[in-house]
Amino acid sequence: MQLRPILSTLRHHKLTAMLLTLQVALTCAIVCNVAFMIANRIADVLMPTGIAESGLSTIQSIGTDTKQNAQALHETDLAALRAIPGVESAVAVSSALPLNRNDSFGPACPSRQVFDQAMRTSSLFKGGDCPLSSFYDGTPGLLRTLGLQLVEGRDFLPGEYTAKNNPSVAIISRELADKLYPGQDALGKVMILGGNALQVVGVVATLARPELHGMGDGYLSVITPQLPDSTSEVYVLRGAPGDRERILKAAEAALFKVDPTRVIDQDQVQTYSQIRDAYFQRDTTMVGLLVASALCLLFVTALGITGLANFWVQQRTRSIGIRRAIGATRGDIRRYFQAENLLIVTMGIVLGAVLAVLLNLLLMMRYELPRLPLWYLPLGGLVLWVLGQLSVLSPALRAARVPPVVATRSV
Amino acid sequence: MFGYYLDLAWRSLKRTPILTGLMVLAIGLGIGASMTMLTVLHVMTDDPMPGRSAQLYVPHLNPLPLKGNFFANGYDPSDHLTWPDAMALLKAHRARRQAALAAGYLLVRPAAADLRTFYVSGRYTTVDFFAMFGVPFEHGSSWNEAEDSANAHVVVLADSLARKLFGDTDAIGKMVRLGENDFRVVGITTDWHPSPLFYADERAKRYADRDLFFLPLSTAVDLNLNTDGSVDSWGKMPNGDMRSATTAWLQFWVQLDGPTQAAAYKRFLIDYSAEQKSLGRFQRPATDATLYSLMGWLAHENLVPGDVRLQMWLALGFLLVCMVNVLALLLAKFLRRSGEISVRRALGARRRDIFVQFGIESAVIGVAGGVLGVLISELGLWSVRHRPDDYAHIARMDASMLLTTLALAVFASTMAGLLPAWRACRVVPALQLKTL
Repeated sequence: MQLRPILSTLRHHKLTAMLLTLQVALTCAIVCNVAFMIANRIADVLMPTGIAESGLSTIQSIGTDTKQNAQALHETDLAALRAIPGVESAVAVSSALPLNRNDSFGPACPSRQVFDQAMRTSSLFKGGDCPLSSFYDGTPGLLRTLGLQLVEGRDFLPGEYTAKNNPSVAIISRELADKLYPGQDALGKVMILGGNALQVVGVVATLARPELHGMGDGYLSVITPQLPDSTSEVYVLRGAPGDRERILKAAEAALFKVDPTRVIDQDQVQTYSQIRDAYFQRDTTMVGLLVASALCLLFVTALGITGLANFWVQQRTRSIGIRRAIGATRGDIRRYFQAENLLIVTMGIVLGAVLAVLLNLLLMMRYELPRLPLWYLPLGGLVLWVLGQLSVLSPALRAARVPPVVATRSV
Repeated sequence: MFGYYLDLAWRSLKRTPILTGLMVLAIGLGIGASMTMLTVLHVMTDDPMPGRSAQLYVPHLNPLPLKGNFFANGYDPSDHLTWPDAMALLKAHRARRQAALAAGYLLVRPAAADLRTFYVSGRYTTVDFFAMFGVPFEHGSSWNEAEDSANAHVVVLADSLARKLFGDTDAIGKMVRLGENDFRVVGITTDWHPSPLFYADERAKRYADRDLFFLPLSTAVDLNLNTDGSVDSWGKMPNGDMRSATTAWLQFWVQLDGPTQAAAYKRFLIDYSAEQKSLGRFQRPATDATLYSLMGWLAHENLVPGDVRLQMWLALGFLLVCMVNVLALLLAKFLRRSGEISVRRALGARRRDIFVQFGIESAVIGVAGGVLGVLISELGLWSVRHRPDDYAHIARMDASMLLTTLALAVFASTMAGLLPAWRACRVVPALQLKTL
């Protein structure tokens, strides 16, 4: 394929060709960035929490009788909940669960010395040596009900649970263990949490926080054998995944039977999937919008390429006829238009790659987006090449069908 | 001439239906996407109190100590007032009306046996609140000034809560049990909820929440009722004492007539800060005190989520690509008609006439694209409304946005047609005529 004739034709349509190049470039730049945003959001939405989510449901109950004994109430409630057919296990937590946004957190220091040092320099709440970590509590059986994977150490012993006092042991997430005691065994170490000493007796594989605070801090969690000590609590139930709706209905009825004066907000009777969906709801909205806009953008660009190519074919019907008359094959004509498209799209992609990086820099400044990995650029280029070739195919075939006899007709 | 050009445009567009369709589709998609996002942004940043907003202001004092990290929760605690400051501003009575307020969240224990206890959101406030914001009453009225300061157990209910509790019977004078106390109903408001709920603090879902009861602030503090807003303390831990001078939790609004009064009020705030500073309570410069207008306050609170802004920029980028697309197609189309242009020029048409003719042709495409764009953005808004985001339900196009859509479409396509039309009117007639 010779490029010379293509270039000289394009020189005649400089402005139009430039506009098409610009359009491809803008599309390339936007689509690369949008694809990157989609990938980021999807990674967020799919993040693991460390708990076995599929069989979990939760129900929040708020006691209105202030004279009730919290511990006794929880025991009666849990007995009633466990009696529901299909409920495998049930526990009460005071409020925090992964991704439910009820976060209470504070600095976890690896040792007393580090804690004292941080207190002296009043840098306790600034992260650093004492990373801010989320606290989980609950009645016995929490690990089993949530389906947490204990990778080191042991679960809490019955004697370690306490309601009024500060607990003396803790189970922490792998991420927190690595952060507090890098390169060491966390088991048996004594960490300081809010001034209290807690011995690490177990490590779970991973456990997401109720609220993910920025990047890389989403898994710093501590579980203590602290019993919920208020009549407002969240019950966590495990049952067959398909059975959760029925279990929740039965649980609500059972709880009202124990204490009809309690308040159960219908919004807080939910399967774990609903908690997760609610947490990432903005991200899923955004993914939908981004996908839709990227597709529309590619569609419009394809329309533009087809429209313009069709137009050029019409305009050049006579010269195509002449070329056919002096010996060009149909394939030559088709390839001519395909090569012309390839040339314009390639120029657009090169310009688009530069624009994509610039756009990413702008987004990084204004919306705290991470840096665009460079391999998105060739990928975006490939998509536009394919798109360009597909959209030029029909006009090119139409051009190839122009008979040589056109050359002999005047206009 | 306009009618003639319109006719010419129509003929020309009819000659190339596919190309015309492509251009209309491109403009329609671009406008549809942009207007969907612009409408969402428009309803989110709309004036919640049309007609009153110009008179409403938020005083801002800064009692925070110089040292310390106060922004851990992502907002400025000095956006709220402490009890002593709010009471001082109320007593000073320098504005036409002034009210202190805070979010409340109370347990309702219905008298009716068939109703379970439930929680309800409302507002603890002072008496001027109702007149200042023009809260419409269905029955009864607000509590009076005497009750305001006497910790009276009175409450104003929103219509929907009153109906839920008392059915269709007149609720005025009835007692309702909120938390552990009985309150006498003195007024029923219509279901009034400005959108956004501009006077609520950052803890509220300001596009979804509404207040279903109002009761006197002094009563709420006296009974130590639950507050549902941000409460920030510094210095010595005040242990839940809401009257503490180092606990910020109250919102404060004033009504001022015009900029002169506003300037005077700002002066008063600075003087007050200076006085507090000389008393040793404030540490920061007195000139930190300021006064926000309602719209300025909403901008300061930054209600629009970053995602929505990002979506708007994305939609505008999309519109730009669509415009470039139409520009290229129009250019090709207009230049193809060099022969026609030359004939018209040879018959006496001026360059300006050619320019206007092609400009009108682009505008016709814009009108068609705008109509398509309105349909597409209605579709887009419909899908936004079906999302569970708290602002989703207000995403509706009003008349002004409808006109903006059409205007933007015509503007975009005329802009896109400008360069092609200019190129078309530069065609040299003689050269073209020779080749005919």
